[in-house]
Amino acid sequence: MQKRFVSIWFRYLKTDWLTIRRPELKEVPFVFTLPDRGRIMITAANKLAEAEGAAAGMPVADAKAVVPGLQVFDDKEGRDAKLLKGIGEWCIKYTPIIAIEHPDGLVFDITGCAHIWGGERAYLKEVITRIKSKGYDVRAAMADTAGAAFAIARFGRVKAIIEPGGHLQALMALPTAALRLDDAVLQRLKKLGLHQIKSFVNMPRSVLRRRFGEGLLLRLGQALGYADEVLTPLHVIPPYYERLPCLEPIRTATGIEIAITRLLEALCTRLQSEGNGMHLARLTCYRVDGKVQQVQIGTNRATYNVPHLFKLFELKIAGIAPALGIELFVLEALKVEEVTLQQDALWAATSGLDDAGVIELLDRLAGKVGAESILRYLPNEHYWPERSIKKALSLQENPATDWRTDRPRPTQLLARPEPVEVSAPIPDYPPMLFIYKGKRHAIKKADGPERIEREWWIDEGEHRDYYNVEDENGCRYWLFRSGHYAGTKGNQWFIHGFFA
Amino acid sequence: MQSTRKEIINQLQKEILLLQGFKPPAPDNSGGLGLGPVEQAFPNGVFPTGAIHEFLGFEQEHSAAFGGFIAGILGKLMLQGSVCLWISMSRTVFPPALKSFGIEPDRVIFIDVKRERDILWATEEALKCDALSAVVAEVADMNFMQSRRLQLAVEQSKVTGFILRTDARKLTANICVARWQITPQPSVLEDGMPGVGFPRWNVELLKVRNGNPGAWVMQWADAGFTTITPEIEQVVQHQRILKVV
Repeated sequence: MQKRFVSIWFRYLKTDWLTIRRPELKEVPFVFTLPDRGRIMITAANKLAEAEGAAAGMPVADAKAVVPGLQVFDDKEGRDAKLLKGIGEWCIKYTPIIAIEHPDGLVFDITGCAHIWGGERAYLKEVITRIKSKGYDVRAAMADTAGAAFAIARFGRVKAIIEPGGHLQALMALPTAALRLDDAVLQRLKKLGLHQIKSFVNMPRSVLRRRFGEGLLLRLGQALGYADEVLTPLHVIPPYYERLPCLEPIRTATGIEIAITRLLEALCTRLQSEGNGMHLARLTCYRVDGKVQQVQIGTNRATYNVPHLFKLFELKIAGIAPALGIELFVLEALKVEEVTLQQDALWAATSGLDDAGVIELLDRLAGKVGAESILRYLPNEHYWPERSIKKALSLQENPATDWRTDRPRPTQLLARPEPVEVSAPIPDYPPMLFIYKGKRHAIKKADGPERIEREWWIDEGEHRDYYNVEDENGCRYWLFRSGHYAGTKGNQWFIHGFFA
Repeated sequence: MQSTRKEIINQLQKEILLLQGFKPPAPDNSGGLGLGPVEQAFPNGVFPTGAIHEFLGFEQEHSAAFGGFIAGILGKLMLQGSVCLWISMSRTVFPPALKSFGIEPDRVIFIDVKRERDILWATEEALKCDALSAVVAEVADMNFMQSRRLQLAVEQSKVTGFILRTDARKLTANICVARWQITPQPSVLEDGMPGVGFPRWNVELLKVRNGNPGAWVMQWADAGFTTITPEIEQVVQHQRILKVV
């Protein structure tokens, strides 16, 4: 699509701003000043003051001598940027991409926007009259490149709208300053007698580069359209974003449900058409009293399935406090991923961890009890029981090694081994009895020991000698002695698990 | 007139049984879980899948026995590649041990909830998901209404639910098709051999809806359940003697 840009130049940005706030200043010449190296310098002058000879960059004492009755106001650093940002945000209805052109301009990327306002002429007229009606003196121009629009807005004399492809011709007669060049380069151009763009635009690039540096070529390229110019928009619009303003504030859960459904339908239709699905979504509710409520959901797999996403949000509705009412709902998809086309096929029944039903169930559970509560284990290549399993990072992760069955392992494992009192006949023999939680268990059968060494490169301590024992009631336990037999010194025996 | 009424009642009873998860036996007698005589205790002689089973396990030893027994059943219920959920609050199940009872531990998803009341919610949600093969939940407190909700969920989805009741004081009447108790039994080894034998349990069916309660001694060996009756024990002993001779 043919790119089109509008550049807007605020000729008296700061002074206009003050005039709007204090209309009595309309007929008075006044300036803004800032102290600079011990002198008070003018930073901006209004139209009247400028007509009488005061200009930005002049010491205020000189200006006062030239202009009788000159009023002086203190300026503030960054006021122009703040003003431009405010105006730019107000202009967001004209185009989504608005960038600030420091120190006194705005650039609109209006590619594909103008026809909504009835053509380019009507569009530009609308923008200018609207801003002018606010009280700002502006000049604007429209061209194929941001650089050309900038130049025409500030230095153009003939027409404001340069038809597509005509910007080179329009730039020819403009002064060199129209190219947004550094002062040093401008000085050098002036010294060489190059006052207009047409006097050097056809020179070989190598010559220009040698004499004036890369900067000139870049700016020239940006104005003529063969170098890219990246605009930094005021608002980076989230790529997947839906808003629902409400005529009446919403206060009930049913209302919130309807809002969520509407937003999801709109967002998911778009996601589906682009072949994407959301992984993480956030619902922001703006309340009448100015407070903001947010809820967030995550899914195990990118999806655009509205009923499923709605179920995830449904769990969170209880956490939204509408108070006096919610007037605006905003739904954002924070993490969007491509959905593999087989998703539709998966909706039909397949079994296993890839099953859509299981994934949706886990999403719902994660929404209520927390994703960290859902665990799946894979074998880990360690003999040490506590380290012999590891948490799976995803549902799709497969075991890298087989589960071992060559050693007996208890079906119940205590999180930490608990000390037990035992009586063992001789060292390295399974105990005859042990007392656990005040209950005496006489051991009838025993297997072992299975010695498991502690992995010294991970932690330090004694090895364990595990015994698989059965008491007189047939209950089976996993006991171990920590370290070598050490006589009567200390309690070395622990219970670590229960066999089936 | 009399006979037709009887037929109608029979028909209705069959339908009710079907809703409660009791299926008519498969014509080729397949689909059993290898539980042998225990399955005969249920109506139609079929272990009811798509129903809620309640297990009593108030002590850790009993929970351990339950873990082994249930893993043996799950191994049969879980088809190729399917998954089951294990919902609990303070979980002590050690996944690698499940492998020796015939299931892949990586196909069990553990849900460790933090609040007691979330367990039943999570269980109900899970039972509604027909993509699962079974749901195991460790529940302390469940009243009649909550069990009814679970039953309604499984009637739709045909998922089998196993509820382990961990608190003896909170045991109340409920709608589960069966109440089981699995207690460990001393293992039996060949004479004179040292060590601990195969896991052996006393499997008690305390209550069965429309069935016959009973108690059996079962052993898990060679990737399957064996029911130990005195006769089998004797035969085994006899064979051993013969071998020794």
